[in-house]
Amino acid sequence: MAEIRNYTMNFGPQHPAAHGVLRLVLELDGEVVQRADPHIGLLHRATEKLAETRTWIQSVPYMDRLDYVSMMCNEHAYCMAIEKLLGIEVPERAQYIRVMFDEVTRILNHLLWLGAHALDVGAMTVFLYAFREREDLMDAYEAVSGARMHAAYYRPGGVYRDLPDSMPRYEVNKFKNAEAVKRLNENRSGSLLDFLDDFTSRFPRYVDEYETLLTDNRIWKQRLVDIGIVTPERAMALGFTGPMLRGSGIAWDLRKKQPYEVYDRMDFDIPVGVNGDSYDRYLVRVEEMRQSNRIVRQCIDWLRKNPGPVISDNHKVAPPSREAMKGNMEELIHHFKLFTEGIHVPAGECYAAVEHPKGEFGIYAMSDGANKPYRLKIRAPGFAHLAAMDEMSRGHMISDVVAIIGTMDIVFGEIDR
Amino acid sequence: MEALLQPVQDLLGVAWVPVWTVVKIFLIILPLLGCVAYLTLAERKVIGWMQVRNGPNRVTFFGIKALGGLAQPIADGLKLLFKEIVLPSASSKALFILAPVLALAPSLAAWAVIPFSDGLVLADINAGLLYIMAITSMGVYGVIIAGWASNSKYAFLGSLRSAAQIVAYEIAMGFALVTVLMVSQSLNLSDIVKGQGQGMFADMGLSVLSWNWIPLFPMFVLYFIAGVAETNRSPFDVVEGESEIVAGHMIEYSGMAFALFFLAEYANMILISALTSIMFLGGWLSPVGFLPDGIWWLAAKTTFCLFFFLWLRATFPRYRYDQIMRLGWKVFIPVTIVWLVFIGGWMMSPLSIWK
Repeated sequence: MAEIRNYTMNFGPQHPAAHGVLRLVLELDGEVVQRADPHIGLLHRATEKLAETRTWIQSVPYMDRLDYVSMMCNEHAYCMAIEKLLGIEVPERAQYIRVMFDEVTRILNHLLWLGAHALDVGAMTVFLYAFREREDLMDAYEAVSGARMHAAYYRPGGVYRDLPDSMPRYEVNKFKNAEAVKRLNENRSGSLLDFLDDFTSRFPRYVDEYETLLTDNRIWKQRLVDIGIVTPERAMALGFTGPMLRGSGIAWDLRKKQPYEVYDRMDFDIPVGVNGDSYDRYLVRVEEMRQSNRIVRQCIDWLRKNPGPVISDNHKVAPPSREAMKGNMEELIHHFKLFTEGIHVPAGECYAAVEHPKGEFGIYAMSDGANKPYRLKIRAPGFAHLAAMDEMSRGHMISDVVAIIGTMDIVFGEIDR
Repeated sequence: MEALLQPVQDLLGVAWVPVWTVVKIFLIILPLLGCVAYLTLAERKVIGWMQVRNGPNRVTFFGIKALGGLAQPIADGLKLLFKEIVLPSASSKALFILAPVLALAPSLAAWAVIPFSDGLVLADINAGLLYIMAITSMGVYGVIIAGWASNSKYAFLGSLRSAAQIVAYEIAMGFALVTVLMVSQSLNLSDIVKGQGQGMFADMGLSVLSWNWIPLFPMFVLYFIAGVAETNRSPFDVVEGESEIVAGHMIEYSGMAFALFFLAEYANMILISALTSIMFLGGWLSPVGFLPDGIWWLAAKTTFCLFFFLWLRATFPRYRYDQIMRLGWKVFIPVTIVWLVFIGGWMMSPLSIWK
């Protein structure tokens, strides 16, 4: 009698469906997964340790690089933690800008997730459609911060600067003639708010397009329904948050349950799944995109009517204006101290969390009163989700493992940190 | 033509038949490989347009901008030709080299019996359909041997999937073909085409309504879908499902050895499209009476079928391996058997249209 052994397969880190650098050791019986063992750490950059040697404000750009598809939400949690320790108020306009860009980021993240998930399951076209819309939102990022991805736009005390009155435009070049450029620049003639307004009016139609391709597609449903079921009890026990938890039917959303910034003034709904399978999580995320679109529209309306400061006037925290700095000794000193020594945060500890597109993204900050954090702990939602890999994929096939990785929406920047 | 060839024939004597056959083979293979090369470009372009992007548009002939992209297949071919063929040290070397050859050879050999036009066929044999069935089933050996010889787990999984999938769909395909041979009462592909040019509608000058695709419509659809599965194309591309087992059996291949698998896949696509056109869409026959029959009709019908291959790829997600099996065994095979019996009954009944 021949000895029967399970087939052990190394899935990743160099694998197109590994979403970065996931190494998964799969124990297979035929094609059926008996055990899935995720190995992490290949993208470990020691962000938490690095933060201990940087001033508080110098770590803001590191936050962008945690979950590098939802940059501003990471910054948000970090800035909120510092503001909590400092006990300062953020100007109302800055709060609205933050909420607006949090939701823009959520759309960005979900678009990438949708495209990548569909690509994992084999539908290539959605990916390119999603990237078409991402391009517009990236332009919004660029207009407001100068960077398409790693914005470093949120700062302790508010946001770096007010929304711009003009959008960057396309220029005529070898590949684009004047006519094409005119067409491309049509919605860029106004301010950033006009541009986003135009986007939000178009976006629901785009979501319909994705849904036409996927939602009722029989193959898509066959691939997702009943794959990776998580019961509500297990979802809570495993520390799931965000769409992963809501897909299992638990209406937990920090934007509703412990509203931060101005979310309590926003009118939006929280979509919740029923069966806790991959298909429900897909539906939840698609609906979240629509809800985010609603929130962005509400913010645009408010921001149009209410000008005001966008960053704290406490110059121990936020830099003074360039103009004031040039003519005023006091402001010059503030500027110098702020950019050399940084912010002094009173001793204490705090936890600040936001409803990140992937779940609860939290920063636990500990200060000993110096200009650097004494200790910084990042709660990445993806980490808890990935830990459930074994439980979710056991008994499924290799193709389902790919679908489950997709449905988790993992990004290694935040898991490995 | 005859008069031109006669002196050459006299000169060569007995050697004429083999020499002339080889010439004919080249006359089929070379344009076919050209079509394969440009099918890759067509695929990238068509899918590109479907995905709101341009597709390849840089490589041109002599720097003419309007021809942007047209030289892409040639550039790709040259690149692959000059790349090193890496032999994995743990592989079974002879089989590793043999596998791509075994994959490509049947997909080209099958063209021997394809009638391009009336009388324009390399081997006008009576067992044409059987030959096609036999030869296309051979293609899977290339895949299986590649998976085995690579000594790689991904490649092995790919070849296992391929073996199971081909067996399942080969049967459904076979049954679909049985209905075709029943109604045309011949295994000769030329006769199958000619049979479609007869009937009530063909006499009225509407040959398009006499073709097999109407009475055998379920078989037509099914044969084409089985053909998509047979060629491992999306949405049945689990064999090389790039997000699961990366490239399946091709994972260890590089350079021209890899290109041969690719050529085989595309040659098979063209073959399946040509067969669909011949058996269900009337081959070289003109759809209406007032236009002449000819090879261009076969080309047009084949192109039409090929477009579906590309369209499917841009639209659908990929099936899971067991779902493909389920579709093959539990849907396709029963449907074909039922339709087979139905056609049999129809032929025996007084209502038969094939008398």
